[in-house]
Amino acid sequence: MKAEAAQKVKTAPRTGADLLVDSLIEQGVDTLFGYPGGAVLPIYDAIYRAEGSFDHVLPRHEQGAIHAAEGYARVSGRPGVVIGTSGPGATNLITGIADAMMDSLPVVIFTGQVAKGVIGTDAFQESDVMGITTPITKHNYQVQQIEELPRVVKEAFHIATTGRPGPVVVDIPKDISSKVHEKDVESTFHLPGYQPTVHPNPLQINKLHDALLQAKKPVILAGAGIIHSKGSEDLQNFAKNYSIPVVTTLLGLGSFPGSDELSLGMGGMHGTYSANRALYECDLLINIGARFDDRLTGNLEHFAPNAKVAHVDIDPAEIGKNVPTTIPIVSDAKAALEALNKRDAAKLDHQEWLDKTNKNKVEYPLWHDDYEDQISPQWLMKKVHAYTQGKSIVTTDVGQHQMWAAQYYSFHQPNKWVTSGGLGTMGFGFPAAIGAQLASPEASVISIVGDGGFQMTMQELSLLQERKIPVKVVIVNNQALGMVRQWQEKFYEERYSHSLAQSQPDFVKLAESYEIPGYKIETKEDLERVLPDVLNNDQPAVIDCRVMQMENVYPMIAPGKGLHEMIGVTR
Amino acid sequence: MKRIVTAIVHNRSGVLNRVTGLLSKRQFNIESISVGRTETEGVSKMTFVVEVEDERKLEQLTKQLNKQIDVLKVSDITDKAIVARELAMVKVISNPQIRSEIQGIIEPFRATVIDVSRESMTVQVTGNSDKVDALIDLLRPYGIKELARTGLTAFTRGHQPQVAEIKSYSLLK
Repeated sequence: MKAEAAQKVKTAPRTGADLLVDSLIEQGVDTLFGYPGGAVLPIYDAIYRAEGSFDHVLPRHEQGAIHAAEGYARVSGRPGVVIGTSGPGATNLITGIADAMMDSLPVVIFTGQVAKGVIGTDAFQESDVMGITTPITKHNYQVQQIEELPRVVKEAFHIATTGRPGPVVVDIPKDISSKVHEKDVESTFHLPGYQPTVHPNPLQINKLHDALLQAKKPVILAGAGIIHSKGSEDLQNFAKNYSIPVVTTLLGLGSFPGSDELSLGMGGMHGTYSANRALYECDLLINIGARFDDRLTGNLEHFAPNAKVAHVDIDPAEIGKNVPTTIPIVSDAKAALEALNKRDAAKLDHQEWLDKTNKNKVEYPLWHDDYEDQISPQWLMKKVHAYTQGKSIVTTDVGQHQMWAAQYYSFHQPNKWVTSGGLGTMGFGFPAAIGAQLASPEASVISIVGDGGFQMTMQELSLLQERKIPVKVVIVNNQALGMVRQWQEKFYEERYSHSLAQSQPDFVKLAESYEIPGYKIETKEDLERVLPDVLNNDQPAVIDCRVMQMENVYPMIAPGKGLHEMIGVTR
Repeated sequence: MKRIVTAIVHNRSGVLNRVTGLLSKRQFNIESISVGRTETEGVSKMTFVVEVEDERKLEQLTKQLNKQIDVLKVSDITDKAIVARELAMVKVISNPQIRSEIQGIIEPFRATVIDVSRESMTVQVTGNSDKVDALIDLLRPYGIKELARTGLTAFTRGHQPQVAEIKSYSLLK
């Protein structure tokens, strides 16, 4: 069908927009998330002519498009593709572009631009897309001549998806997309300034292997790089061969099975005691594909103070950025793990250390209060996990619900956890779930969102209605901006400035107005009755789950404190 | 510490913005920057003088620059044997009586007078930044009406001495 469509395009007038569409087909794009407007009219006309070549998804706000593309990229590993118009269309995409940059997601964004002749004159719907997006993209282009369009598109996809993935913007002036071009266009490219190192230096692998043989208390820090490189199995083999406990980052959840006996869970600000303690006490820290974010390390002075640090990262700039590194390994995570797995791991005995980390795990597990008459959010997460056997794709925004989901929805597989980690974007989770569901139609997708974040992008309920996308939205409704409120409680003497008691829509009626079943849940019985039914059908649903308002996320490392200064470890 | 860093870049529109934007985003202080075309068509060279706290920050600087797709090569040449030059033009207040006095001052610097008017004269000086600074200091008492400096541009010498000798050739350490 794709080939036929391509054929059809070739017989029509060949505009820049047609070249763009041809290039997208050549890249194997199956889904476009886009919103039309003046400057992209020629592109939308070409899309119209190429009907059937791909599925065009029309969100109700450009932010929905880009978050959906991020969700699509996160679960499929394929680049998300976004089209927006000039001016406000482009600026509405900015939050998502910055989000994709922080979380290294491959997204290619095409923005319309006013015609070349009027760029720089403050023309209608003109904005300096290149200037605005330069600091928040891996690379960006403004197409200057129609001849370069196919090459630029190829480069954009190449850059977005290779090395450390990231967003790439292609800004296309309207005169270029509408210009007719008859000649064949050369599209081969060479990027001498961009040659990512994929394979590890064997000498560095030797060094790490030597360090492993000497270490008494090694720990692995598993980041999202493992998921990007599809190295989960290699990580499991590595951890087992060398019997090393594994701490995952927030974005690394799922790279190692949460239920494995070597798993210590998530580290960092709201990580488990056993994970943070292992990071603090270890004598060899092997970071694979994580970037030592401040929410993970806490106060750097107290981070892994006695450890030799080995860091595997495909981005050399991440190595040594925050934490001094003894053994730098610039490599794709999977390639480095494969190299390590080929070495001899015999004679390694960390039993004493494993006993200790296990003891911490058993003695200081995650804990939470339960209430007779109210739902505790942690209990809710456990229930969602139980009813889905931990097999669902879970998306979240940022805040308390995100931390509870990370803590209690134990992930066993990679590419199931879609969350805004680096940028911490409210309103991310719901549109990202739509993208995730479109990328894997057979999967069960649950969007766990806060009542605050959901209200930022809930207009995308239209998409669930229109396309019968069976995303289940679970609103963890504490009628508060929970994490803000928690910090105000802890660090601002309970002065709840603008974090409590906003008015809310009736989420059930809201869902119903989009012809989506809505449920309001106030008791545990309600939840146990409704949730299994909802999960077992192939309809979308909105579940407004009222939870204990003043619940806090524990354990916690207060800002500026070290890994050894956790609070709320026990009740 | 002050470092001289050069970057070979693709001469594409926006590349200067990419590089300076990156440096300001990562909180690096640029003391001077000079850009110009090179012997290769389509390739430009940037020379920065930057003030960085320590080795780690310096490493970040070069790594972040290297990450840019349009940046082909980054070198910190501070500790290499290099030739480094900058050009300054100084418009000094001067009447006919003191012109010869100023001539006498600038002569050891091998500076030249490139413009003279009734109340002022313009001196052009080329050299490393210390030399330019020294001449400017000497001219300041006469009253400087206008001053323009190009910023340092530099590359490594054709012959690099052995590691042990290098320090004495360094300009800024």
